[in-house]
Amino acid sequence: MKAASDTVTVHRRKRVDIWDVLIPFSLIVASLVCLLPFLHVISKSFSTDAYVIANKVYLWPKGFTLGAYEKIFADASILRSLYVSIVVTVSFTILGMIITVFAAYPLSRTRLWGRTLFTFIFMLPLFFQGGIIPDYLLVNNLGMLDTIWSLILPLSFSAYNLLIMKSAISSGIPTSLEESARIDGAGHFRILFSIVLPLSKPILATIALFYAVGRWNAYQDALFYIKQNVDLRPLQLKLYYLIIQSTESFQLEGSQVSLSNPEVLKASCIVFATMPILCVYPFIQKYFVQGTMLGAVKE
Amino acid sequence: MKIENASSKNRTVQKHMRADRDGLKYSIRRDWQLYLLLLLPLAFVLVFKYAPMSGLLLAFKDYKIARGFWGSEWVGFEVFNEIFNKPDFIRALRNTLLLNTLDLLFSFTMPIVLALLLNEIKNVFFKRINQTLLYLPHFLSWIIIGALAYQLLSEGNGLVNNVIEQLGFNRVPFLQEDSNWLISYLAIGVWQSMGWGTIIYLAAISGINPELYEAATVDGAGRGRKMWNITLPSIRVTIVTLLILNLGKVMEGSFERVYALQNKVTTEFTTTIPVLVYRWGIENGDFSRATALGLFQGAIAVVLVLAADRIAKKLGEDGLL
Repeated sequence: MKAASDTVTVHRRKRVDIWDVLIPFSLIVASLVCLLPFLHVISKSFSTDAYVIANKVYLWPKGFTLGAYEKIFADASILRSLYVSIVVTVSFTILGMIITVFAAYPLSRTRLWGRTLFTFIFMLPLFFQGGIIPDYLLVNNLGMLDTIWSLILPLSFSAYNLLIMKSAISSGIPTSLEESARIDGAGHFRILFSIVLPLSKPILATIALFYAVGRWNAYQDALFYIKQNVDLRPLQLKLYYLIIQSTESFQLEGSQVSLSNPEVLKASCIVFATMPILCVYPFIQKYFVQGTMLGAVKE
Repeated sequence: MKIENASSKNRTVQKHMRADRDGLKYSIRRDWQLYLLLLLPLAFVLVFKYAPMSGLLLAFKDYKIARGFWGSEWVGFEVFNEIFNKPDFIRALRNTLLLNTLDLLFSFTMPIVLALLLNEIKNVFFKRINQTLLYLPHFLSWIIIGALAYQLLSEGNGLVNNVIEQLGFNRVPFLQEDSNWLISYLAIGVWQSMGWGTIIYLAAISGINPELYEAATVDGAGRGRKMWNITLPSIRVTIVTLLILNLGKVMEGSFERVYALQNKVTTEFTTTIPVLVYRWGIENGDFSRATALGLFQGAIAVVLVLAADRIAKKLGEDGLL
């Protein structure tokens, strides 16, 4: 190795830079800092209680067992929360997409009368909103507290997503294509559903993911709006009470209370709740990057 | 379809005749489908974004649930006077500014450094793997991050403390002591956002003309020189724009982040304005005070964004608005 770099030095008269080592090294450290917490928690979740209590588990499971996961899958309330999260995320994403497309297409038409006014109405919430309490009172007045609607309806309009969708439609679809469709007698509905949407598949995927991941991860509104109706707690809120506040205990089958170390259960809960994201993450990352750049360009 | 055809025939004639007054009528006839589409989003934005704004009036009333919104008395700015004198408010204001300013200092600069480092990597595969790992924390909820933090940093059985003990040092109460909590809070924020923040800078860097670097190489500029004199000046506009956006958030800060990382032992820095709004309003039902506090925060945030924009323009940058 030493010899090889020496020859390079002689031939190209290029000094071996210390930064050639330091830069990749610091990036590896940063990446490991992002990865290792997961490896640790995953190892913990597959370990036997005794090793965890003795602080012996680092980055590899000790005394491999699936016990903690069996307990999670036996806990009806956790599965119930998972179900609520799935239902809420799917309906929220569908509704959000409909609203975004219905607003983005008209706003991208330069000939729309009143376009500036409509754009202003839709974009003002980016800068100023009522806030926590006015939102809460609205949900209360609509009778949506402790219902699933409080998690689906209020956040389904997103000015940020609309901004991305609108600029993608205006810049991504050639006007000539649309002009010729109009000459052939196509109306706006026809143009939207037969030309604009099929040509916007990547951006539609991006925005759907923004909606879905945002909804899946959020817990603030659930914390505010779902108080009495425990059955409607989405997964993140359930985890909040279970792991962070530790005010709720695991509903273990057979009522063998606290035979298990809660640390292992907590670790397996974290893995359980992170898995859906981790599984799709490699595939959706690309769309997220594109969407973020589109959003930044317009800002 | 009929209307569409008829209108397109008339269009050239009407273009010259049309006065602004009947522009709307003509447009509705021609583009009724567009207006029909707009109805649903308009309904949602009016109900869920604009209707709550009327609730802000509560900040100027002495709201009693029994009397309802209209029955409650108008009190002008009395509620604001009241909250400004509360020790809880002073502390929440201090915490909000402290946490967010420090966060801006670290979480804002780290992505720039990382982007510069990633830009130096020529091996695509190595770069891609690093990016994938660095972006990962951005996709996790604050609940998961909070839970991970306690798994790693807690004094009794956190991984980091186990390692520290193995190395022969004393365990550190990372999350169970006030000033340590503050540092952990900031570090976790950097961890969560450092990778994701690089995306915009990397995009800006990729737009730099490569000839600049070639010319610099010919002139004998080294790596550091090119970074300082080409890369950084080229992404300056991006940095300033993002700085403005983030300055507006100095009064805001994530409720979810503080709430997921707080615990009962360390309470010195965990009461920020959004947390106090939640506690006053939703937990205690004191809607007038909580609304006033939220309005105060929102108003300052708007002022901050406008001010930052003005400053950026004075400095000769493009600004935001």
